[in-house]
Amino acid sequence: MKILVCISKTPDTTAKIAFTDNNTKFASDGVQWIINPYDEWYALVRAIELKEAAADTVIHLITVATADSEPIIRKALALGGDEAIRVNADSHDSFYIASQIAAIAKEGAYDIIFTGKETIDYNGSSIAGMVAELLDMPYISLATKFDIAGTEATINREIEGGEETDKVALPVVVSCQKGVAEQRIPNMKGIMGARTKPLKVVEPAAVEALTSITSFDLPPAKAGVKLISADTPEELVRLLHDEAKVI
Amino acid sequence: MSVLIFIDQADGQIKKSSLEAAAYGAKVAEQSGTSAEAIVLGNITDDLTSLGKYGIKKVHTVKDSKLNSLDAQLFTKVIAQAATTTGATVIVLSNNFAGKSVAPRLSVKLKAGLVSGAIALPDTTKGFVVKKSVFSGKAFANIAINTPIKIISLSPNSYSFTAGTGSAEVADFAATIDAPKVQVTATNKVTGEIPLSEAELVVSGGRGLKGPENWGIVLDLAKALGAATACSRPVADADWRPHHEHVGQTGLAIAPNLYIAIGISGAIQHLAGVNRSKVIVVINKDPEAPFFKAADYGIVGDAFEVVPKITAAVKKLKGI
Repeated sequence: MKILVCISKTPDTTAKIAFTDNNTKFASDGVQWIINPYDEWYALVRAIELKEAAADTVIHLITVATADSEPIIRKALALGGDEAIRVNADSHDSFYIASQIAAIAKEGAYDIIFTGKETIDYNGSSIAGMVAELLDMPYISLATKFDIAGTEATINREIEGGEETDKVALPVVVSCQKGVAEQRIPNMKGIMGARTKPLKVVEPAAVEALTSITSFDLPPAKAGVKLISADTPEELVRLLHDEAKVI
Repeated sequence: MSVLIFIDQADGQIKKSSLEAAAYGAKVAEQSGTSAEAIVLGNITDDLTSLGKYGIKKVHTVKDSKLNSLDAQLFTKVIAQAATTTGATVIVLSNNFAGKSVAPRLSVKLKAGLVSGAIALPDTTKGFVVKKSVFSGKAFANIAINTPIKIISLSPNSYSFTAGTGSAEVADFAATIDAPKVQVTATNKVTGEIPLSEAELVVSGGRGLKGPENWGIVLDLAKALGAATACSRPVADADWRPHHEHVGQTGLAIAPNLYIAIGISGAIQHLAGVNRSKVIVVINKDPEAPFFKAADYGIVGDAFEVVPKITAAVKKLKGI
């Protein structure tokens, strides 16, 4: 069994979001970078669990990013995984990144390709679906449970107001969210071991992005909370009806 | 030339998020002087001519039971055929669960740039630029689609629309349909409730409610308002409420017109899932709860005393 886990680096959840260059670039100065939480907590940990259950499983990690992402990749390798591949490119758009991942995946003949449900920076939720289409593989989005029996996967995915259980033959692309696995913390053995695991750097395939960011905006600041006395909560209902006009 | 809108259904009924996509797509068609056409997959019990009320001129249906449940690969092939036949220059989908599965595949299949989670109509004054929410609701990005065919998946509850008059022409669309690779063996969902992702009003409870046995006040207020119910992560993790009610970074991100948070402190991870709500009400006994900084209205007080009074006032307002 061969598993490819797609890893992205994102600004820490609590990072201050600001832009430079006339609002065209994310202001990355002083920003703490982390592994995209959905990639780390769910996609990667589920892959590690599958390897723990079947020792002949091989896990490769892939990221499409410049060299400054290497601490993130080492951290991911400290959690688990046999080797990592970094496609040496700045991110352009989802299609560009998905095309790079698909090019590597085609060579690797993976049974399962895992991603997180989305990245917490661009919130696109698009890479996994694009990779699946590029490889002509089935894609199950927003999985909450992933199990394997032989060459068939049983996957729960989120739908409006609940879940659906899907059965699909491997290979498959799956985007993972809460429920698929439980977050882990790397231990000292993992951290030491990660230093010597192979990290292969490959140059990107020639691909044209389909979209480009023209600018960023910040949401208008909130006017500030209007406090209503706990003695007159019915006043809230009047304001929601007469002033905010939402009920 | 057309704007093609993918209309998503569950159990034969059109999803509200798809009606929103229809109205949005019709507006895009009006802006560009083309016709709004819809593609509907699977067996539908709803009256499809009524899509005319949302500006759809023509509905293409593919009534094949293989399309009753989602197989994104299969759906993509059929929608791509319809896009070619109708000469679609823009394709609109809801960024709901089906849209998130289908839109990226369609983008690859048609080599068409995708903006997923659009929150406004495209700006066509300079190219074709679509606004979406990024950094978990903390910023917006304006994204230019640079390909002849453009795909927009619309974030639910971000385009306000009303039903007008009009009737759409409905015609069968002959598509080549492969054998599905995904077999749906079970569905487990609440019925008769408004899906949280589509709800305009949401009442949400947190750890401040102390236990599942105290959820009555949340449910009563939601019922009086006609709202969906939600909860914070610790509540879902403790199994006080079902997982699909969990809103926040690791749960669902929602954008209702009204979000009432009861006993939720407002950690940044929770805000990431609700900060696009149009009006936020926070009820918390701790005046230092960070959520008050993100709120429009707030009550500092004991939820068990305050919330029933709000419910009574809502009932009085609505005459129920």
